[in-house]
Amino acid sequence: MISIKNLHKKFGDLEVLKGIDADVQKGQAIVVIGPSGSGKTTFLRCLNTLETPTSGSVTIDEQTVDFSKSLSKKQIMAFRKQSAMVFQHYNLFPHMTALENVMEGPITVQKQDKKLARKKAEQLLTKVGLGEKINEYPFQLSGGQQQRVGIARALALEPKVMLFDEPTSALDPELVGEVLQVMKDLAAEGMTMVVVTHEMRFAKGVADEVLFMDEGRIIERGKPEDIFNHPKEERTQRFLNLIQKTDII
Amino acid sequence: MERLVDIAQSSFLPLIEATIQFTLPLSIISFIFGLVLAILTALARISTVKIFQIIARVYVSIIRGTPLLVQLFILFYGLPTLGITIDPFPAAVIGFSLNVGAYASEVIRAAILSIPKGQWEAADTIGMSYTQSLRRVILPQASRVSLPPLSNTFISLIKDTSLASLILVTEMFRVAQQIAATNYEFLLLYGQAALLYWVICFALSLVQGRLENRFDRYVSR
Ligand SMILES: Nc1ncnc2c1ncn2[C@@H]1O[C@H](COP(=O)(O)OP(=O)(O)OP(=O)(O)O)[C@@H](O)[C@H]1O
Ligand SMILES: [Mg+2]
Repeated sequence: MISIKNLHKKFGDLEVLKGIDADVQKGQAIVVIGPSGSGKTTFLRCLNTLETPTSGSVTIDEQTVDFSKSLSKKQIMAFRKQSAMVFQHYNLFPHMTALENVMEGPITVQKQDKKLARKKAEQLLTKVGLGEKINEYPFQLSGGQQQRVGIARALALEPKVMLFDEPTSALDPELVGEVLQVMKDLAAEGMTMVVVTHEMRFAKGVADEVLFMDEGRIIERGKPEDIFNHPKEERTQRFLNLIQKTDII
Repeated sequence: MERLVDIAQSSFLPLIEATIQFTLPLSIISFIFGLVLAILTALARISTVKIFQIIARVYVSIIRGTPLLVQLFILFYGLPTLGITIDPFPAAVIGFSLNVGAYASEVIRAAILSIPKGQWEAADTIGMSYTQSLRRVILPQASRVSLPPLSNTFISLIKDTSLASLILVTEMFRVAQQIAATNYEFLLLYGQAALLYWVICFALSLVQGRLENRFDRYVSR
C-alpha cells in the first residue's frame, strides 16, 4: 500500500530525515515512536506533502512520487489526496460547525453535491459518536470531541491512508480513551494508518508494527510486543525506560 | 432666532441630498475598492515573491508618507499637466481608494498573520488550493479580527470625504460652504454638517456592533 524509499528532508542545513525506508501493507496500522525532535512529525508531514521531501520517493496505492525531481503543484495535489492528516491540536476551522468542518473538503475541494456531502458528514459524525453535536462550533466541544471531528473531517475525503500525529497528546487523560476507541474501530475496519503516538496500550492492542525513530532514522522496527518487551537497540531501551519513568504512557 | 430656524430648515434638504448623492457613494465605493486593493496588497506583502513585496511596500510607504489632500490635488489639479484629466468624483474615488488600500492593507496583513499556521495546514491537508484556503478558511477568520480597525478606517474615510470639497466634488461639506457663503451663517451651517457626519458615523458604529455579535457566535466568551 505504502512504500517509502530513502526519504530525506532538510530544513536549510538541518537534515531532519536521513533516509527513511518503510513499507506498509494495506489495512495495517503502524505506530511510530521516538524522542522529541527525532523527526516523527516531519515524517508524517512528508507523506501528506505538507512538507516537500528533499529527495526519495513515496508510493501510495501504486501512485509513486519521486521527490528528487521537480514536481508541479498539480502532481503534489493529486498525491496529497491519497492520505489525510489528523493533527495534535485538531486544527478544526473555528468558524464552522462540526458538520461544516466535515463537509468542507467534499464540497469545496471535491465539488460534491451539497445534500450528499451533508448526509455523508452526518453519518461520519454519528460514527465517531457525535451525532448529537453536529451543529456545535468547535469551542463548544471538549478536546476529545474536537479531535473526533478532526478524524471525521479527514475520513470525509475518503483517503487511502490516515495519518495521525500524536492525536491524544493534547487531551486530558480522561478524554484519551474515546479518541483511541475511534481509531481502534477504524483499524478494525481495515483502514491503513500511520500513527505517531506514545500510547502504549494502543500500540500493543492495535499496531501491526512499531517503528522506533531517532535522529531522523528508523533505528528499530518490529511487532509491538518485541519492541516493547525485548528491544534490541540500546537507544530504543533507553527511550522506553525514559517514557515509562516519566509516565507518558 | 426665527431666521436661523428658517435657514437651518431650508439648508437641511440640500445637505441631505448632497450626502446621499455624493458623501455616501464616495465613501462606500472608495471603501469597497480600497478593501480589494488592501487584500491584494496584504497578500503581496506576505507572499514569497520579492517583487510583489517591494511593490506593496513602496505603495504603502508613499500613501502613508504624504498628506491625503496633496494626493487629491495631484490627481485632480496635477495630472492634467500630463494630459490626464479626471472628473472630480472619479478623481476623489481614486484618491480615497488608494488611501484606504494602503492603510487597511496593514490591518489585513496583521489579521492574516494572526491566524494560526495550523489553519493553513488543515486547509492544505483537505486538499485546498491557496485561493480556496484564503476564501474559505483564512479571510473569514481574519475579517473577524480586523472588523474593529476596519470600522475605524471606514469612519475616518467618511469624515475625510469632506476634503473632496477642495477638488470640487459637491459633497455635503461643499454644499454647506456654498450655502454659508450666501448667508454668512458659518457656525450654523458647519454645525449642521458636523451633526450629519456624526449621525452617519454613529449609525455605522451600530452596524459594527451587530456585525461583531454575528462574528462572535463562534468564539467562547
Ligand atoms: N519548518 C521547520 N523549519 C526548520 N526546522 C524544523 C521545521 N520543522 C521541524 N524542524 C526541526 O526538525 C526536527 C524534527 O522535528 P519534528 O517536529 O519532526 O520532531 P518530532 O519527532 O515530531 O518531535 P516531537 O515529539 O517533539 O513532536 C526538530 O529539530 C525541529 O526543530
Ligand atoms: Mg511531533
